[in-house]
Amino acid sequence: MMDITEIEEQAALDKIKSGKRLDGRGLKEFRDIKIETGVAKKAEGSAKVTLGDSKVIVGVKFGVGHPFPDTPDEGILMVNAELGPMASPNFESGPPGKDATELSRVIDRGLRECEALPLEDLCIEEGEKVWKIMVDIHVLDHDGNLMDASALGAIKALKEAYMPGYEDEKVLRDQEQEFKIRKVPIACTVGKIDDKYIIDPDLVEEEIVDGMVTVTWTEEELCSLQKRGNGGFKKDELLKIFELAKEKTTELRKIIE
Amino acid sequence: MSENKELLKNGKRIDGRGIEDLRDMEAEVGIFKRADGSGYFRMGNTEAVAAVFGPRELHPKHRQKPKRGILQCRYNLTPFSVEDRKRPGPSRRGKEIGKVSEGALSSIVFLEEFPTATIDVYMEVISADAGTRCVALNAASIALADAGVPMKGLISACAAGKIEDTPVLDLKGEEDKDGQVDLPIAMNAETGDITLLQMDGMTDIDEMDEMLGLAVKGCKKVAEKQREALMKTFEDSK
Repeated sequence: MMDITEIEEQAALDKIKSGKRLDGRGLKEFRDIKIETGVAKKAEGSAKVTLGDSKVIVGVKFGVGHPFPDTPDEGILMVNAELGPMASPNFESGPPGKDATELSRVIDRGLRECEALPLEDLCIEEGEKVWKIMVDIHVLDHDGNLMDASALGAIKALKEAYMPGYEDEKVLRDQEQEFKIRKVPIACTVGKIDDKYIIDPDLVEEEIVDGMVTVTWTEEELCSLQKRGNGGFKKDELLKIFELAKEKTTELRKIIE
Repeated sequence: MSENKELLKNGKRIDGRGIEDLRDMEAEVGIFKRADGSGYFRMGNTEAVAAVFGPRELHPKHRQKPKRGILQCRYNLTPFSVEDRKRPGPSRRGKEIGKVSEGALSSIVFLEEFPTATIDVYMEVISADAGTRCVALNAASIALADAGVPMKGLISACAAGKIEDTPVLDLKGEEDKDGQVDLPIAMNAETGDITLLQMDGMTDIDEMDEMLGLAVKGCKKVAEKQREALMKTFEDSK
């Protein structure tokens, strides 16, 4: 990345090797997290997550559409992510690239695999009309670990969301129906540098880690994994990372609930 | 959801395999003329080809790295590789797999030897019956070796999964569709470094331990097949 100097990278690396971090955090500490809800008035649910200096806003909109042929009586979940030019000098306008696509798909799998949303209750007319839940992740400021920030924002926005009414082929947004999520999947990204593991890598740290794994846990179960970056992990290292992520997601769960 | 289909009966799977068996494999190196390196890999009914170009100059120039080269991957399903014709060109899924494939392959290539350059890896899936990213990576890895790119080892990939609450190796289409967990991995079989890891489904740490163990064993068998195909190119040129 253009905006990170080699000196910064070296300094971050030296700190981590001595068990500390440039911003004073411990290796297994998240940056400060702030979550605000109701930040987008037109959205049925929304949340803004501030994770250190990273800022992500997630909006949930309901719409009505045709079901997928293999699930004619189930609602549809769509997750999209925008890494717009505002968030980083290295982001460009245009259709989602590989990074944005990976981000949205990892969040999507976290929600889908644990069946966090009651999609089977969202059928209006079998084979014809179902509710579509559209989760849009909009990155405002990129200082690293967009994955965990977006996952928090998405589940919080969904938790806050209400479902509009539907009558005579029209979505009635002034009616509010109850909408309840069933599970709370939470993502935790663990980076590895030599024999050290770090939680919540910031932008500089994302550049220097050997590799990262984003682990998504519900309360009891692991529901999605994504290894990111170039390096490799031994099997035993991975098992340790899953445990660590479980511990950290348990902490984060308190903020959401 | 699997409701009535029986995927496992008396320890045998729908195609007669045991829970720790890979599908039959085929590998070939140097299948294309214009590419710098190329390879073919098949596991059961899933087959893919890969072509490697480079190291060559990276454009646009602002993406060049002064101290090392980069490795770029394109992963694509051909329109005729699936049941209903797929719209040509990489989908969202394809883009994501391209990205994780870059992560899987970059660490075994001596990229620091090629500042400002790119090594481009193109993978096309010819027939899809689950495990396409693994089969494509297996083809890509032998294509990189065929291109003469300096490498620390080979990347070998296969998936483990869970069907009817039982961890199994190398899911085929029906098992993937109705199964509970899909866990594709890629690794350097010599060092045990896992460079691609994705998982969807609901599981816990003990089961992950078991499934990862299976997948690691599978990757080692894949590596033998890859090595055999690479050795054959030397015999042929004698």
